Amino acid sequence: MIPAAFEYHAPKSLEEALRLLERHGDEAKLLAGGHSLLPLMKLRLASPRFVIDLGKLRGMSYIREEGDKIAIGAMTTHADVAASELLASKCPLISETAAEIGDAQVRNRGTIGGSLAHADPAADYPAAILALDAEIVAANTGGNRTIPARDFFVDMLTTQLRPGEIVTQVRVPKLNPRIGTAYCKLAQPASGFAIVGVAAKIVLGAAGKIESAAVGVTGLAPKPYRADSVESALAGQKASDKLFGDAAKAVAKGVEPLGDLHASADYRREMAIVFTRRALSQALAASVKPA
Amino acid sequence: MATTLTPPNKVQGQPTTGSHIGKAMKRKEDPRLIQGLAHYVDDIVLPNTLHAVFVRTPYAHAKLRSIDTSKAKSAPGVIAVLTGADVKGSIANVPCAAQIPDMKLAPRPVLAIDRVRFVGEAVAVIVATDRYRARDAAELVEVDYDPLTAVVDAEKAIAKGTQTLYDEHSDNAAFRWELEGGDVAGAFKSAEKIVKQRMINQRLIPVAMEPRGVLAEYKTGEQQLTVWSSTQIPHLLRTQVAAMLSVPEHSVRVITPEVGGGFGSKLNVYPEEALVGYLAMKLGKPVKWIESRRENFQTAIHGRDQIAEVELALKKDGTILAVRARIVADLGAYYQLLTPLIPTLTGLMICGCYKIPAARIEITGALTNKMATDAYRGAGRPEATYMIERIIDVAAAELKMDPAEIRRKNFPRAEEFPYAVPTGLIYDSANYNETLDIVLKSVGYKNLRAEQEKLRKQGKFIGIGLSTYVEICAMGPSSAMPAGGWESGTVRIEPTGKVNILTGASPHGQGQETSFAQMGADILGLTPDDVQVTHGDTAIVPYGIGTFGSRGTAVGGIAAYKSLVKLREKIAAIAAHLLQVDASDLEFADKKVVSKSNPKKWINFLDCVGAAYVAKTLPPGMDPGLDATTFYEPTNFTFPFGAHLCVVELDAETGDVKLQKYIAVDDCGNVLNPLLVDGQVHGGIVQSVGQAMLEEAVYDENGQLITGELMDYAIPRASDVPWIETSRTVTPSPVNPLGLKGIGEAGTIGATPCVANAVADALSPFGVRHVDLPFKRERIWRLMREGKSGSAPAREPAGQSGAGSRAPSSGNGKSRNGKGANGSSKKGGSSKSSRRSR
Repeated sequence: MIPAAFEYHAPKSLEEALRLLERHGDEAKLLAGGHSLLPLMKLRLASPRFVIDLGKLRGMSYIREEGDKIAIGAMTTHADVAASELLASKCPLISETAAEIGDAQVRNRGTIGGSLAHADPAADYPAAILALDAEIVAANTGGNRTIPARDFFVDMLTTQLRPGEIVTQVRVPKLNPRIGTAYCKLAQPASGFAIVGVAAKIVLGAAGKIESAAVGVTGLAPKPYRADSVESALAGQKASDKLFGDAAKAVAKGVEPLGDLHASADYRREMAIVFTRRALSQALAASVKPA
Repeated sequence: MATTLTPPNKVQGQPTTGSHIGKAMKRKEDPRLIQGLAHYVDDIVLPNTLHAVFVRTPYAHAKLRSIDTSKAKSAPGVIAVLTGADVKGSIANVPCAAQIPDMKLAPRPVLAIDRVRFVGEAVAVIVATDRYRARDAAELVEVDYDPLTAVVDAEKAIAKGTQTLYDEHSDNAAFRWELEGGDVAGAFKSAEKIVKQRMINQRLIPVAMEPRGVLAEYKTGEQQLTVWSSTQIPHLLRTQVAAMLSVPEHSVRVITPEVGGGFGSKLNVYPEEALVGYLAMKLGKPVKWIESRRENFQTAIHGRDQIAEVELALKKDGTILAVRARIVADLGAYYQLLTPLIPTLTGLMICGCYKIPAARIEITGALTNKMATDAYRGAGRPEATYMIERIIDVAAAELKMDPAEIRRKNFPRAEEFPYAVPTGLIYDSANYNETLDIVLKSVGYKNLRAEQEKLRKQGKFIGIGLSTYVEICAMGPSSAMPAGGWESGTVRIEPTGKVNILTGASPHGQGQETSFAQMGADILGLTPDDVQVTHGDTAIVPYGIGTFGSRGTAVGGIAAYKSLVKLREKIAAIAAHLLQVDASDLEFADKKVVSKSNPKKWINFLDCVGAAYVAKTLPPGMDPGLDATTFYEPTNFTFPFGAHLCVVELDAETGDVKLQKYIAVDDCGNVLNPLLVDGQVHGGIVQSVGQAMLEEAVYDENGQLITGELMDYAIPRASDVPWIETSRTVTPSPVNPLGLKGIGEAGTIGATPCVANAVADALSPFGVRHVDLPFKRERIWRLMREGKSGSAPAREPAGQSGAGSRAPSSGNGKSRNGKGANGSSKKGGSSKSSRRSR
């Protein structure tokens, strides 16, 4: 990699990182796992004057219970999220999604905070983050704020994060075993990114009725979103393949699908329907079997 | 010809007593490769090395108005900035060794002079004290381009009135090449059935794991230029670089360190190799250039890229009467070393492994604003095999015959070899029926077909594909090669008894350091550890041709073998003299030379070697020393063959094609090391599955390579292939004394049509007869939805240029292949025989 020259900083503390970010503003880029930033720098599509490496920060990589939530440090790698027993038992959707990201090298370097902050429209995490109603904690020199997942993604590569903020933590709920989740993805064969990725969460009520459902979609549109029309079509209904098939048809309602070399907009829309149905079926299957 | 299923342990009819040949010995190369201890070009560090970076055109076709290098020249660390004008007259054009009568000229200067013709063509080179500064300075070079219409589509390129790439040409048809044997017109006239199919072998990128790299050092006092290059052809490169730089060839040394894959992409002479040498001479310091992946995609040769109309004339019973193919071969903008030759190999092999009395091939080479195509693993034969193996399946479908049956009907019998085909080749030896029988038996073909039927009724679509291929290998007799088809092999036995085999072949992953050591060990009664194989240094190894065209072992191995036998005979003569026995009574085993008639009479191998060097007890008149060189000229090509079968399953909802099962029965004659053969077969098949399922170099209508990175150009991974079941028959080649045929390309040649036939078979319930490569999910999905109606071709979506397809939509490129994806009857009107069979 032969990037343009840049000034490298490796702060030891979050405070120091925030101060550096405040000082250098737009001219600075944060380096977490590097799997989005470095390819851009390699091609000189990004030439930041300052690179602030978060890799030396202590205490930013963890997965731990905090009340009714599980807190994941922003610098936790996808591999660690995928391998977490705590997540596997309490919030398997997030670890199963992490296991689908890229390849082993990417998962060993890439971080949850870096991925979310970059907001690639084909990234895997956003679908799960949305379906789980997770929270993203961002810090600035003045303190912390918590951003609900639904508000976090604004547009392609754009989030609610303000200049000077660093993602420090992601909080996901502990799910009870009656809640089933699944992430189904059609991967782009070269990069492994999602052509379409759908995360589904089903809360089963009495008599096999769906109390509520959440569906997060990535890859289809410039930003990941919750498929509200699918969710409302499911709520209160008795779960069945037919119901899932019918409800899934609404997944792209009001969405202008992306089209590119690997999948046309038409195909993406159709695949969103297929993978929504598959995710719902798998989520249902997961819910009836207590973990 | 006798065939056996297990490889023989000994080379047939040869005086070897050891037990290493035929053994699945692990590679001697592996420990250094696996541990990261091997040295590639970039691992070689010389003091005071300068670094070169190229400025490359972002336009596919443009006039070069002016280049302003002043800012770059004054940038920090910059030593030199050179443009085409600066080196004009000092460095000759890029060489092409292949000539076709009346071929139009397409001269390529090492740096573009007044016109650029493909994205990535170099217009200037920066030399600086480090790579970063060189790259920074590259951004400061200001080039004034006057864009011209990019010529991207090969068929449109050769049409009258299309913008020409060269002002002196009236059109972009570089050449027309025709070959006819037998009465083709008569056969088509008398045919009871004619089938016709348009087929596309899409453009592929070789994707060697190690991109190219060149390091050059010039010793001013000694006037010696050393060039380290990641190449498959060190000696040819030395000759060409010396000629391009007008320096005596004995003043140039080319060293090929470890090469991280070539697949033909390094069977070439590239501008960078001459330029870096020139820069080292001019600047008096070592200069290094290491290619980036993006550069590699844009500027190392591409493969395939042929559009063909293939026709088969048959009798109703499936007997083939003639084959006819009209091919447009996309050559790219310039000729690299063998560019024009490659499609002619397709022509030569168009008959495949069938008795076809008449054949006609017409090839038009098209100049387009793309990187040159050239030899990519298989080089012309995968294209031919795809055409004949596909069209025979199309014929089978039309005639309602089983694909296995129509093949069997048209195989020449084993006793008909050597078998002459109408394209002029003489196939050496084969038993095509046997490989097919084995493959069918091993899967329980009848039951498999019954299961397929059953699954179809359940809405599951599996496809069964066959490919019975023959290829042309061991390239080759010099009479049929552009510049020498022999190979050299030198054997030196050092005074300590250690053996060094110096091969003119240039292995880069094929494993000859191991297989030649096995051979040396058996012939001399030693162990493979006693034998080292040296290659890739023109100052050490006698002139050689290199490694390509499955020739490393089948030609290079024979040269080494002959030299080993020469030294064996000399040592036997020494031993006979010392033991006072007849030389013909001696055998070599366990590091001894032993009398067969009286085993008590023996002498250590080492004592014989000592005698050769101490030279006090040699037989009268014998020269001291143990050194033998052979330049081996093969009398014919060899023709390995095999039968492959695979099973695919389609996901009707997504169009995903899952390769469930793959069985390969190959015959490459005798085998030195079955592990190496399996490795070549596995790797070749996977690469070929890549062509079938994933790979396609896509240029948009402006000539931008939109699959410019591994983020967008998909290559197969382990998870894309099932376990590949391999087995072999052994039909020794009569062409060489070891009965070897070569195996380097077999997998790449046999597997693409195998998968293609399986996918077409799976889609047959949808009224689909043929699907264009590659079988991307969307293409299959559309066919499954629309195939029956036959109305809508599979369309490629709009592509995007830039860093990745996921970037905000900035480009609007379209795949040139979209038009070719005729599901079934799109072209139905053009031929009486192209109606769908269902």
